Amino acid sequence: MTAVDDRPEAQSAEIGKARRRKEDQRLITGRTKWTDNIHLTGMLHLAMVRSPLAHATITNIATDGARSASGVMAVFVGADIADIQGLNITAWPVTADQKSPDHLPMVLEHVAHAGEIVAVVVARTAAEARDAAELVDVDYDELPAVLDLKEAATDAVLAHPSLGTNKSAFWQLDSKEGGTGEDVDEAIAKAREDGIVIEREYRQQRLIPAFMEPRSTVVDPTGEQVTMWSSTQVPHILRFCIAATTGLPESKIRVIAPDVGGGFGGKLQTTPEEFVTLAVARKLGRPCKYTETRSETMVSGHHGRDQWQKLTLSAEKDGTVTGLKVELLADLGAYAAIVGGGVPVLGAWMYNSIYKFPAYRFNTTNLYTNKTWVDAYRGAGRPEATFAIERIMDELAAEVGVDPLTIREQNWITHEEFPFTSVAGMTYDSGNYEAATAKAKELFGYDELRAEQQERRDSNDPVQLGIGVSTFTEMCGLAPSRVLGSLNYGAGGWESASIRMLATGTVEVITGTSPHGQGHETAWSQIVADRLGVPFENVEVLHGDTQIAPKGMDTYGSRSLVVGGEALVLAADKVIEKARPIAAHLLEANIDDLEFASGSFSVKGTDKGIKLTDIALATFAGHNLPDGVEPTLDADATFDPVNFSFPHGTHLCAMEVDTETGATKMRKYVCVDDIGVIINPLIVEGQVHGGLVQGIAQALWEGAEYDEQGTLVSGSFVDYTLPTAADTISFITDHTTSPATSNSLGTKGVGEAGTIASTPAVVNAIVDALRPLGINDITMPCTPERVWTAIQSAGSNQSEPTPTEVQPHFEEGSGNQDDPGTATQGAGQ
Amino acid sequence: MTRITVTVDGTSYSDEVEPRMLLVHYLREAVGKTGTVIGCDTSNCGACTVHLDGRSVKSCNVLAVQADGHEVTTIEGIAVNGELHPMQKAFHECHALQCGYCTPGMILQAIDVLNENPHPSEEEIRVGLEGNLCRCTGYHNIVKAVQQVAGQDSPVEQPEGATAGVQS
Repeated sequence: MTAVDDRPEAQSAEIGKARRRKEDQRLITGRTKWTDNIHLTGMLHLAMVRSPLAHATITNIATDGARSASGVMAVFVGADIADIQGLNITAWPVTADQKSPDHLPMVLEHVAHAGEIVAVVVARTAAEARDAAELVDVDYDELPAVLDLKEAATDAVLAHPSLGTNKSAFWQLDSKEGGTGEDVDEAIAKAREDGIVIEREYRQQRLIPAFMEPRSTVVDPTGEQVTMWSSTQVPHILRFCIAATTGLPESKIRVIAPDVGGGFGGKLQTTPEEFVTLAVARKLGRPCKYTETRSETMVSGHHGRDQWQKLTLSAEKDGTVTGLKVELLADLGAYAAIVGGGVPVLGAWMYNSIYKFPAYRFNTTNLYTNKTWVDAYRGAGRPEATFAIERIMDELAAEVGVDPLTIREQNWITHEEFPFTSVAGMTYDSGNYEAATAKAKELFGYDELRAEQQERRDSNDPVQLGIGVSTFTEMCGLAPSRVLGSLNYGAGGWESASIRMLATGTVEVITGTSPHGQGHETAWSQIVADRLGVPFENVEVLHGDTQIAPKGMDTYGSRSLVVGGEALVLAADKVIEKARPIAAHLLEANIDDLEFASGSFSVKGTDKGIKLTDIALATFAGHNLPDGVEPTLDADATFDPVNFSFPHGTHLCAMEVDTETGATKMRKYVCVDDIGVIINPLIVEGQVHGGLVQGIAQALWEGAEYDEQGTLVSGSFVDYTLPTAADTISFITDHTTSPATSNSLGTKGVGEAGTIASTPAVVNAIVDALRPLGINDITMPCTPERVWTAIQSAGSNQSEPTPTEVQPHFEEGSGNQDDPGTATQGAGQ
Repeated sequence: MTRITVTVDGTSYSDEVEPRMLLVHYLREAVGKTGTVIGCDTSNCGACTVHLDGRSVKSCNVLAVQADGHEVTTIEGIAVNGELHPMQKAFHECHALQCGYCTPGMILQAIDVLNENPHPSEEEIRVGLEGNLCRCTGYHNIVKAVQQVAGQDSPVEQPEGATAGVQS
């Protein structure tokens, strides 16, 4: 039976409160510290010279012209900094024999993708550096490039000839071998004789994270420690990687992530640009800054997704699934990035999703190509898994001839069955798929929209309506360190927190998480204010500087609240326990008679009490403490989770598809997510909205495209089509709550939920609209051209002449969605 | 080099600039107005939006010399005597920002949208903000903030109890 939230209501004033964010004040007034805003005396500026070729050997680099240009202080090529430039390492070799070509920040000879750094120009101004970079003359011997993922699998052309293969690793999870389920081949063989077998291949196109702040790094080598400011999600991991590969002792490195303008996984990297800037600053002994242009971000910052997914689903004739086999080809790009080969592997536990599949096998073959490296992008492995399973469950529903929600309900884990150990070996602690689905259907007006769909089908309306379903789960809270160890990941998954009780009554909270838009300063303040009974305004959250927050595992994978939030709770509890004997002493009471509530210790049955902040002042003075008690209340805590958390939700999407033009329009989107206990509903909603649009954008608009030479043709915001306000609609979001049992706050994580769930909801809706025409898939992004082509090749409409006056399918001037009021009546009761 | 005199957020500045210098670089590097930021190099993202004589422009699309003799208002100049502009307040109140990088440009564009049309429909707001990209918010709460300043209802009224963590 799943846990329900039976804690008393209004247990605290802070948890669940829609606090407006502390962060906003500086962000809405322009008082921000983006890395590119930092200016140090004597600072020099870097411009990178990048390879225009995807695969080549450098034969000569002529730097004389650049060296003599105005303002230029130095030009470096790879050999000049080879002794100290370090290495961009992968933290996750997924198998012991994984092949990982060395990823040098600046190449020495071998260029493996267009955009790699081959030289750097250092000048007194950024403009001078950029001008002079044009004067560096590089000779290349071009090599054949492997760009297509399936072609890479044949090893006909090699991305790294020295490796002898494009294959990085093969990784498998098999339920029979692992003892968590039955033999999937047997299940499929049986279904071929007497059941249903559905085989599909889906394409996860290549995406670009496209955070709004281009990456920037400033290095000051002039102090006793080398200080690096960088636009990064991972200052702690960056510091570790610098120490591990450049020869600089860890204690001599300070990394600061100031205000960071978004990441979405795209800034969880340790980048060639950071390492080159560090090397140049050390060589010259001067502060140096490098800020990329957006066009550089596009070719150099890691990309996301890029997989082929082959699925075989077996089921009984009634639609009860008996087995699932998954075979992936995953494009790592030119190098194994920090998570790298681990990204497809993260999907391994999620293809079975919320369902009770008896047999399961997951294979991934990770391959190198001569394209930009690929790593985590919002969801990392889990959106791919969710897309594939939610698409194929729709196919099963179509095959059986039932509603897509019916086939899901038939196969999902019921709420009485939690905790549930999945066929992939994960133990889901809590959830209630029935409740989330029921609520989503009601908010959506599911039955009414189905009725309208039928009407449009019956009347042969040129604009068809499709309804897309996505019932997803994800594993969040990365991660239990022991699990990471068993998977050969190079670090732990704990998180750290410290609380300092200041003498004058305010509280400093130090967190090892590294927010870049998530609002940790606000949510963390709420958690600590709640626990310690101090005012929200009196809590100051410090982060993102390895000298202030020395321990941390940073922010990604929906981990910060679930792991870092629990560290706060542990630290706060330690503060209270340290204060208890002092309180007893000051109140002249027996320690066992003390109660702590609302920020004060009181003696049971009396009106005697003392505030925690007063104890902090007394401890600061140290004049009157019990014998042997340390004069501090400050406490550190590190939390290592024992399990992941498993948010889930039901997302419903209505799409209108113009069968004559292929244009699609989102009519309505409803999601009901169960992310456990919510600390700040305002922040949660914001995370969901933004996540939804990123997932919808994969379904409809975004895709990184290369030409035959390996040039990224979608290499700017002109060609890489990010959604605008005019492309999107307003959403209806709601929640159900089954608290997580893996942390005391009951939180599950929300950062990636919207992105994971929305992509299949949108594509399912488009396919649902067109299924009567015989269409069962459209490759993402589902552009009007692709939709139109699918309709044409499906043969529908072709026998009928096009009317001379094509009616305006989407009424001019109308709102871009249903009036949400019409479907929400009676909701939330 | 060319001498220009520009009023930025109410203060007059006189500088020698390269004729090729973009207004955004002038604001950031010469005047020190780093609240105005650069997000792309193709005039797509709108992060650098400021007001030139009261109308919104992408300051990466204007040369500094073109601003000679004109008035520029940045995100740092719209609060009056410490009192936030209603659009700044609405962005805070409606949680219309996350990482905040697009926010200065978005706020200045949103002000311009309402200057042009004080009572826009949701659709008109969305089209008015089309030239400003945001990757965090999905635009939902940005639209809501603009509607709040325009004195309108939210685009989507959340059902009662929707965000309160309903028991399952």
